[in-house]
Amino acid sequence: MSVVATDLSQAVEDAAAHLYVWALKDIPQDLRDALADAAGKETSVTGQRVLQTILRNVNVAEEEKNLVCQDTGLAVYYCSVGEHFPLHPARIYAALKEGTERATVDHPLRSNTVHTLTRENTGHNVGFRVPIVHWDFVPDWDGLDVKCVPKGSGSENMSFLKMCVPADGVTGIKKFVLESIVGAGGKPCPPGIVGVGIGGSADYAMHLAKEAIARPVGTRNPDPLVAELEDDLYELLNETGIGPMGLGGDVTVLSVHVENADTHMTLNPVAVNYQCWAARRASAHVAADGSITYERDA
Amino acid sequence: MATHEVTFPVTDPAEILKLRAGDEVIVQGHVIGIRDRTQIRIFDQGVEPPMDLTGAFLLHTAPGVRKLGPGRYEKICIGTTTSARMVRFTEGLGAQYGVRAICGKGGFPDEAIEPMQRLGMVYFAIVGGAAALETTQIEEIEEVAWEELMPECLWKFRVKDFGPLTVGIDAHGGSLYRDVQARAHQKLEEIYARL
Repeated sequence: MSVVATDLSQAVEDAAAHLYVWALKDIPQDLRDALADAAGKETSVTGQRVLQTILRNVNVAEEEKNLVCQDTGLAVYYCSVGEHFPLHPARIYAALKEGTERATVDHPLRSNTVHTLTRENTGHNVGFRVPIVHWDFVPDWDGLDVKCVPKGSGSENMSFLKMCVPADGVTGIKKFVLESIVGAGGKPCPPGIVGVGIGGSADYAMHLAKEAIARPVGTRNPDPLVAELEDDLYELLNETGIGPMGLGGDVTVLSVHVENADTHMTLNPVAVNYQCWAARRASAHVAADGSITYERDA
Repeated sequence: MATHEVTFPVTDPAEILKLRAGDEVIVQGHVIGIRDRTQIRIFDQGVEPPMDLTGAFLLHTAPGVRKLGPGRYEKICIGTTTSARMVRFTEGLGAQYGVRAICGKGGFPDEAIEPMQRLGMVYFAIVGGAAALETTQIEEIEEVAWEELMPECLWKFRVKDFGPLTVGIDAHGGSLYRDVQARAHQKLEEIYARL
C-alpha cells in the first residue's frame, strides 16, 4: 500500500507542476472563442484596440512559449476526489504544494506569495495555507480530477460580498452585481468572467462565486431559474458601457456564471468574484493506478 | 483620436501636451519599472531613488526575471499591474521628481486628474494581462536598484515599439475613466428603474 501511495503522491505532484505552468501559457479554447466573439461585437475604437491586443498577445504567448500574463497568481486547485481514490486528501494537498513549488523553481515563475502581515515573500508560491484547494468528494469512484486556476490579484481584488435581506429579492442581487462590476471599472482586466455566489452563508457564497469562475466560459447552471439569472446579468452588465479594460465599449463581460446554495429564511447573501479575460485554467485526471490524462478545456 | 510616437525620457513638455484622452501612443526609449513597495520606500520611508526620474515614463510592474549575475537580469515575463493602488504617489512623482508619464492598467481614480493637469503629466492605459506581447517589446533590462524588494525593485528597461497604449488621463483635465463611470452610473439609473 505504501508503494502505491508514494507513486500516487508523485503522480499528483507531477500533475500539479505541469498544470500550473500549462494553465499560465495556453488558455482554453472556450475562452479563445469568447474573446474572438467579443472582438467581432465591439464597436468602440479603444475597445477594439484592447481586444486586438489581447488576441495578438494570446498568439505571441503560444509562439514564444511564454506566459499569457505575468501574474502567476495565487495557486488555486479544485479537486474532485473519488471515495475509492487510494490517496488521502491530506497527502493530495501535500503533493499539490510540492508540485506548485517545483513548477515555480524549475520554470522559474514569479513568486507572489507573501506573509500577510510582514509582506515578506515566502519564495516559491507556497506558504501557510497556500496553495488554496477546493474539495469535492465523489461516491462510487476511484479517480481524482484536479483543476488548476492560477488567480491573478487584479481580478481577485475586485471581490465583493453583500448580505442582502430577503425583501431585496432577485432585484437586490442584480443591483449588487451591477454596482460591483461598474465600480470595479477597468481594474479586474475586463472583459472577463463574473462569478456570482448566492445563498448559503457569507463565507459559502464567496466560495460558490469562486467555483463559478472556474467553469468553462458560457456554461449554464443546470437550474433553469439560476440560468435565467445568468443570462439577465450578462445582458445588463453589457449595457453599462464599461468596455474592454474599462476604457468604454460594448463588451464589459464575456460571461456570467452563478452558483447557488439554499440558505436561511432570513439570509440573502450575494458574493461576486471576478475572473480577468486571461481566465487561466487547466485540468488533469489522475487514475487510481497513477496514470495522468491532461485536459485543457475541462 | 490621433496616433503618436513618443520617446522617453521627454525633455520638451509639448510632447506630453499634444496627447489627448483616447489617443493611441507607441513608446520608444526607456521605461522605469516601479510598484507598491518601491514607492512606499521613496515616499513613506523617505529614501531617494537611485535613478534619475526627470521626464520619465513609469510602468507599474513587478517583472518575472531570471538572475544572470550581480545586478544582471534576463526577462522572462514582464506585464503590468493595477494602478489604482498607487494613485496617492502621483503628485510627489511629478512635483519632486519630474515624472511625465505613468503607465499601468485599470486607470487612476479622479484624484489624479488635477495634479496631472497642473504638473503636465499623462496616464497611459496598457492592456492588462497582455504580458507575452509586452515582454517582446522590452529589449533589455539595463539597470536594477533595490534588489532586496524583488520583484518590486526599481527597474530600467529599454523598449522598442512599446504599446499600443491609450491615453487614459491627459494633461488637460481629460479622463476616459471619469467619463466612462459617469455614463455607466447614468445607465445604472435607467436599468434600476426597469428591474
